[in-house]
Amino acid sequence: MVTTQRIPGRRKQTLAAAAVTAALLTTAACGDDKEDAAGYDAANNKVLNASTKKGGELKFAGSQDADSWDTTRGYYGFAWNFMRYYSRQLLSYKTEPGKAGAELTPDLATNAGKISNNGKTYTFELRDKITWEDGKPITSKDIKYGIERQWAQDVLSGGPVYLKDVLDPDGEYPGPYKDKSADRLGLKSIETPDDKTIVFHLPRANSDFAQMLATPSASPVRQDKDTKSKYALKPFSSGPYKFASYAPGKSLKLVRNTKWASASDPIRRAYPDTISAKFFANANDMDQRLINGDFHLDLNQTGPSPQGRTTALKQHKGNLDNPLTSYIRYAVFPRSVPPFDNIHCRKAVIHGADHVSLQNARGGPLAGGDIATNMLPPSVPGAEGQKYDPYGIAGAAGKKGNVEKAKEELKACGRPNGFRTTIAVRNNKQVEVATAESLQASLKKIGIRAEIDQYDGAQTAGIVGSPANVKKKKYGIVIDGWAPDFGTVQGFGLPLWSSKYILQSGNNNFALIKDKSIDGLFDSYVKELDEGGQARIAKEINHKVMEGAYYLPFTFEKFLNWRSPKLTNAYTTDGYSGMYDFVNLGLKNAS
Amino acid sequence: MTAFLDVRDLKVHFPTDDGLVKSVDGLSFQLEKGQTLGIVGESGSGKSVTSLAVMGLHTAGQYGKRKARISGEIWLDGTELLAADPDHVRRLRGREMAMIFQDPLSALHPYYTIGKQIVEAYRIHHDVGAKAARRRAVEMLDRVGIPQPDKRVDSYPHEFSGGMRQRAMIAMSLVNNPELLIADEPTTALDVTVQAQILDLIRDLQREFGSAVVIITHDLGVVAELADDILVMYGGRCVERGPADELFHEPRHPYTWGLLGSMPRLDRDQQERLIPVKGSPPSLINRPSGCAFNPRCPYADVPKDDVTRTVRPELTEVGGRHWAACHMSAEQQKRIWAEEIAPKL
Amino acid sequence: MLAYLIRRLFAAAVMLVVIIMVVFCIFFLVPEWAGVDIASSFVGKQADPAAVAAVREKLGLSDPIFVQVWEFFKGIFAGRTYAAGGEVTHCAAPCFGYSFRSEQAVWPVLTDRLPVTLGLALGAAVLWVVVGVAAGVLSALKRGSLWDRGAMVVALAGVSLPIYFTGLLSLAVFAFGLKWLDAQYVPLEQSFTGWLGGMILPWITLAFLYAAMYARITRATMLEVLGEDYIRTARAKGLREHTVVGKHAMRSTMTPLLTMLGMDLGALIGGAILTESTFNLPGLGRAILDATRNQDLPIVLGVTLITSLAVLLANLAVDVLYAVIDPRVRLA
Repeated sequence: MVTTQRIPGRRKQTLAAAAVTAALLTTAACGDDKEDAAGYDAANNKVLNASTKKGGELKFAGSQDADSWDTTRGYYGFAWNFMRYYSRQLLSYKTEPGKAGAELTPDLATNAGKISNNGKTYTFELRDKITWEDGKPITSKDIKYGIERQWAQDVLSGGPVYLKDVLDPDGEYPGPYKDKSADRLGLKSIETPDDKTIVFHLPRANSDFAQMLATPSASPVRQDKDTKSKYALKPFSSGPYKFASYAPGKSLKLVRNTKWASASDPIRRAYPDTISAKFFANANDMDQRLINGDFHLDLNQTGPSPQGRTTALKQHKGNLDNPLTSYIRYAVFPRSVPPFDNIHCRKAVIHGADHVSLQNARGGPLAGGDIATNMLPPSVPGAEGQKYDPYGIAGAAGKKGNVEKAKEELKACGRPNGFRTTIAVRNNKQVEVATAESLQASLKKIGIRAEIDQYDGAQTAGIVGSPANVKKKKYGIVIDGWAPDFGTVQGFGLPLWSSKYILQSGNNNFALIKDKSIDGLFDSYVKELDEGGQARIAKEINHKVMEGAYYLPFTFEKFLNWRSPKLTNAYTTDGYSGMYDFVNLGLKNAS
Repeated sequence: MTAFLDVRDLKVHFPTDDGLVKSVDGLSFQLEKGQTLGIVGESGSGKSVTSLAVMGLHTAGQYGKRKARISGEIWLDGTELLAADPDHVRRLRGREMAMIFQDPLSALHPYYTIGKQIVEAYRIHHDVGAKAARRRAVEMLDRVGIPQPDKRVDSYPHEFSGGMRQRAMIAMSLVNNPELLIADEPTTALDVTVQAQILDLIRDLQREFGSAVVIITHDLGVVAELADDILVMYGGRCVERGPADELFHEPRHPYTWGLLGSMPRLDRDQQERLIPVKGSPPSLINRPSGCAFNPRCPYADVPKDDVTRTVRPELTEVGGRHWAACHMSAEQQKRIWAEEIAPKL
Repeated sequence: MLAYLIRRLFAAAVMLVVIIMVVFCIFFLVPEWAGVDIASSFVGKQADPAAVAAVREKLGLSDPIFVQVWEFFKGIFAGRTYAAGGEVTHCAAPCFGYSFRSEQAVWPVLTDRLPVTLGLALGAAVLWVVVGVAAGVLSALKRGSLWDRGAMVVALAGVSLPIYFTGLLSLAVFAFGLKWLDAQYVPLEQSFTGWLGGMILPWITLAFLYAAMYARITRATMLEVLGEDYIRTARAKGLREHTVVGKHAMRSTMTPLLTMLGMDLGALIGGAILTESTFNLPGLGRAILDATRNQDLPIVLGVTLITSLAVLLANLAVDVLYAVIDPRVRLA
């Protein structure tokens, strides 16, 4: 999942203005209806205001529109969360707070599916009374067609392609739009013996296959309603709400899908009558309107801007939650750039960095997160959190940087007096640049003089995603962050650590890790069907990565999230990286 | 009884950051209807300020600046203007007294046709319709000698030649048959050949309308044939005044001699001019003590006892209606004029 | 006059083509020099080279620039057909293409957003011309007075304070503090009062900046004009002072203001980015801001074309009006 950040580039200039404004806003917001603020963290991993009351308009405010509302093409985390309003999948996440929210549960399927043939065959039966917004039943062929759309990357680019890679690793199927068969259901690895049954034949087993089926890109799409590249403008609903109007970048409105049968859906409760979203260019304005009660929550789920955060913390702390996301923020060392080919030089940077200062640069414990000590997000099975800290990052001795150890490592690396290098950081996020500056300052103390090179954040794939370019520009340290598309070690780490994922462009294995043991662990992971075994392998992979000293982790990210006191059934879920679970939010008063 | 235009001890002082600028500092003159007065002097002598003061325009374009201090009396046809209601004076402007300015191009509004500007001048004082006013404008343009007036009435100032513009300006000034016409350097901006035509026109019109005319100029030649009386101004005061014939025949003041010497003469080579006025005009803030002209006067030492540097000369009658403000005795004046100046002119 | 207009319009058309070509060049060449592949930002995280190539093909990025420019203009006048990945779409004229990101047709986006920007620019213009000119004339007439000094200090503030400051301030005070209005944009066709409530603060904020400039220019010009000989002539005719100032002096003062107004309006139609962002107005400025961030070329091109057209037309209107006001100017 991609989480969006919404601090605009003009931030520096607005800062002075914002300071004055914040003061005014602070006074302005005084004496507002502090309508039974439920308390700080009251909805963090627990349900707040449980209720079955129906009606009202649930109003989202966003500073950014989704990359696409087409279930095949959307990749933003909040979009996946939101898509459950109008799309259903065979499996989905449990509508429960915290860790349980990341567990899978049958949605269109009657049960978790029958796995056979050594994990290579998955068979699902569909529920009764599952319908499209025009009342026609959702069939297994609709699901197959929806999945097939992933193959049409030329028309429907942007979304995840896990299912495509797993079901057709050699890329033999040309996609539904170039499909020569009459029904355009030519993908051989999916069978639909009847309208109620769907069978997946995996060429190779993948223990995360069920996770992949829970992503919106596995949603059914009906062929006669497929508007191809225009589908995002009005997706055809299989869920409790349907698109009433959508103006990209302006507003979005969903109304009840009257054909949706509550009895057919074990997950969605559909409390509000209407779901709306409005997009803002001015983050301060948006934050103020959230606090004012004009809107109920932030669609993007990235937390208020620094000014809004200050106001909210001071006066409405009871309306804030501080969930842990599945993001890890870190620096990574491309091994193609000397002296980072030498593990000791990498270790020197890890030891030399002032981890507290890095945490503060990221926004401190509340808006930044906990100091990260390893590379597995705490919500992923197999994670140990701060308990696994091989470099003493969060320990009393190393927290503020261990200069002595760093110098030892430099000596071992053959660079006792330090060296020069370049830190690459995207320019469109102030907090990223601040992190780079913090790292630069602490490295100076151990004799490493780092220059900061800010690159166009929109061009990540071609700049730091191109190993040749990284080598040419001598980017020894790249500042980045990552969150899993689904909460497993494969969903998080495969593109980062597998040697098979080193790409010429759009590469994410920045460190260029080519470790046979890591590759081997991933191979055994996809074959491991036992959860305990999966967690054990995940832990092992994490240790291997940390032992290789490819990464300097900064934070297990947290953020402050505004919650309207009018919301019912509010809780954060690990299923969506610590966001509120949108799909079952309701309103206290229907008006 | 007052004269038709009777200016008495007029003072116009402008307060500035540098001090009080005494542009006009005690000026008196009279003018009857049908008569022409020429006011002559170099720039800064106060002649233009005098004419603007008569028109009540001395504060024009002075928004927010400190107001001019004005004292004395200006009688026009039995009415004292300085103490009168400003709106009354405004109503006299353009109707009883009108003015022609030096540069007709800048004095006419560039965005309005000649006709519109004349019509406006007419209709502000006459309750007539647009058509009648336009007929009047055409008639006036015809009268001042503009060919095809019914067509040219719709022309813009920039479409006229310099002489034509000044004719149009005159037409505009005379559209209400004013009793007093003030022409401020009416020919300075024009070609020499056109100058004569314009002066002829003014003379003809004066005879026709019987108005009193004040012609302001730095060039004695302009008023030589036109004016009945001539008043020479220097540093905000009158230094010599008298009938034109008398003044040209036997001028008494050395400054007047200088002006006569500066007159362009077609029959002589410019090189031969012998009595140019050297130096620059006096400061109007710190006026030279004694005779204001003394620093530039070649004859400053003629009177005894340094009197030219300590005592300000008063206007004294030196002949029939001929007045001069000079410390030299009448004999000295006559002798120097006859022996040193006149032969060289 | 007609010949002049035709020639100017022709020049404007040439200018538009050049502008569009420049936009194309900036869009394609600059990333190329930086060694960046535009297409790769349109695919997901696991971008395999084939997908990138397919996207490049679909967006038409692989064609030579001049072909793309030609297709772009052909689309506007004759419509064009898109064929990619088995999907064939015909886009009727005027076809500005489809957004790279949201896939919506660009032309409806433009027609949807232009009224917002026009409403903002025109409403603010009325306000700033009335207030700015009135303040400037009063300042000129009362030069040196307390009013003049006060007005000029306010004007200086207006000129130097950035819009996002005054905008945020006005929101904080009037929308969140005093709660006089909601200050959220409502389309005119939905509710007139709602629209007014949403537009007032943006108008005032934008007008404040421009009124300040106009007041300063008006004051300076008026003072200069009042010193002109023809103003003295007007007084010498016996005209009342309000006629002298209101008619004769104003007419001349108007000329430079009109030129400014034309240019400012033209520029605003494309450039009210800050105001639109501050107040969340869904106008052209915000569209081009978002599109630039998203590398959404068709939207960038569409907005650029519309706004360039607005600027060119505004300039043309200024020239024609100038000739009407000042008879010395001849259009030939």
